[in-house]
Amino acid sequence: MSLRSYIIARILLSVPMIMLLLTFVFLLIRVLPGDPAMLHFEKNVEPATLQAFKHELGLDKPLITQYFDYLAGLLRGDFGKSMQDYSPVSQQIFSAFPATLELAIWATIIMVALGISLGVTAARSYNSTKDHSIRIFGTVSYAIPVFFLGEVLIMVFAIFLRWFPSGGRMYPGITPPGLCVGGTCYTTGLYVLDSLLAGSLQDLYLSIRYLTLPSLALGLVLCGIFIRLTRSNMMETLQLDFVTAARARGLKERTVVYGYALRNAFLPVLTMMGLQFAALLAGAILTETTFSWPGLGRYLVDRIGFRDYTAIQGVVIFFGLLVTGVSLIVDILYAYLDPRIRL
Amino acid sequence: MSDDSTRGRILIPLLQKVTSFRQSGLAGWGILVGAGIVVVLALMTTLSPLISPYNPIAINVGPILSPPSAQHPLGTNHLGQDMLSRVISGGAIMFQVAVLSVIVCLIVGVPIGLFASYVGGNTDKLASLVMDSIYAFPGLVLAIAIAAMLGPGVINMALSIAVVYVPSYFRIIRSQVLTIKELPYVEAAHMIGARGRSILFSYILPNVVPSIVAVATINFADAILTAAGLTFVGLGLPVSTPDWGWDLTYGRRLLPSGAWWVITFPGLMVVLLALGFTLIGEGLSELYNPRLQK
Repeated sequence: MSLRSYIIARILLSVPMIMLLLTFVFLLIRVLPGDPAMLHFEKNVEPATLQAFKHELGLDKPLITQYFDYLAGLLRGDFGKSMQDYSPVSQQIFSAFPATLELAIWATIIMVALGISLGVTAARSYNSTKDHSIRIFGTVSYAIPVFFLGEVLIMVFAIFLRWFPSGGRMYPGITPPGLCVGGTCYTTGLYVLDSLLAGSLQDLYLSIRYLTLPSLALGLVLCGIFIRLTRSNMMETLQLDFVTAARARGLKERTVVYGYALRNAFLPVLTMMGLQFAALLAGAILTETTFSWPGLGRYLVDRIGFRDYTAIQGVVIFFGLLVTGVSLIVDILYAYLDPRIRL
Repeated sequence: MSDDSTRGRILIPLLQKVTSFRQSGLAGWGILVGAGIVVVLALMTTLSPLISPYNPIAINVGPILSPPSAQHPLGTNHLGQDMLSRVISGGAIMFQVAVLSVIVCLIVGVPIGLFASYVGGNTDKLASLVMDSIYAFPGLVLAIAIAAMLGPGVINMALSIAVVYVPSYFRIIRSQVLTIKELPYVEAAHMIGARGRSILFSYILPNVVPSIVAVATINFADAILTAAGLTFVGLGLPVSTPDWGWDLTYGRRLLPSGAWWVITFPGLMVVLLALGFTLIGEGLSELYNPRLQK
């Protein structure tokens, strides 16, 4: 199969998955016991108000009409109206997303860098104390709830040592201006990038300071699986002939390990990054709540508090589409890097 | 085949394998340590009415936010509740949620996995599509959506967690059944005229059991972490039940006052419990998955 037909087949395969997801979430909100509109008001509501409320949100139409309205809306990027104030959910989602994306990017960097370096160290000192402690660290990190780790980091580094702020993204009310050309400013919503574009070292320093603890908490909790993966792959690779050959040619051990062997162990790491993306988003919800980080996760948790079911539906669908999209990209990248996949 | 012979064929070799450390190495130790942690915590939770020094939900049994002292070895919280008593009895909800969700997963996931992969064809394709879609989705997000609709309660929490983990059972069972059903002994069973159901349950299932046990223990660990997460986003149980997850959630607001003891001890208990199950699960999969054995 050529790369192009692989890509087409892979995209076609994700269509039924997406449809299944959309239908499931639609039915979940509407068909489970308890009318979402009733649940939203917690009983004390005049029938006329309830009727007007349902009409405003389109919840009074027949189920099948609602379903097609909902699908048509999604095609236009419309995630429906919030039950709380009738504002468009998509607008809220798009304004909160950059914060989540920035947290996810930094957490990924920490998780992969830590996972690979500890995994390589463990594989090189197989069955030593170092190896055992790294493996125990990997297992323990899996068992820590990310919000507990976050609370501990806040306690130690924000409250006792006062090195980092305990929450938020920036001083209240301040956002880095981004790239300004002739009076108009273009922002990405990623504060580190925006600070760089604006050339403001002060903002860069601040945004990194605010990012450190949340991304450390999320990265530490998720790095265990990368440690194990890199360790087992490196142990296999280090015994292969080409590594022995490289050593025999008198190359430095560092070059052999990081330049030759690690390259071989990278593909599984890439796949695992794709698989871990869902876990990363789930972890981000809890991390954002712990650190008052104004992203999608905190938006979701706020909406749960208001019993705003349309907004909950919107965020859940957005997360689902995001995960499907990322796994599509990872699979295509993998097929490009390793032609055997396409066979 | 009677129950006794099943037990003999599966559990005794399992125990022998675990306890002969020369054969199982680190994995055997992991399983034993993990099981030890789980048993101790389960005993502590069951016996909590007898061993906790104060009533865990009685307020003002001591001064408000007192640090660990002789009177209150783990301190008190903002309501003057004794943290040691809350730590001792706070595992009940998590145990209940985890056990229930694992039972639901076993009841739903195991038959679907066995049947779909044994029959094959379109049944298998459809089941795989549904399961893969759920599997690919961020578990906590799905559990949050379901729990938000179902409302608070132990059973509702367990159900929303179970939906997320059924695909893990399905996938591991499917991958094994696909190999096992081609083995000569299954073919031989066909030849002597065994019915499909008896082949599935008497010939194939016993060989899948160790993997199911391994998935179930990992499922326990995940269920505990997810239950704590659900409580943390406000979908847990009412205040009147002592719960580690609840203490972790509300203790966050007390951090600025420097009250580290309110979150530290319940948090460590959650970590210990999840770690216990993880150690058992990892040990078992290492013993039964030759690819990981080194």
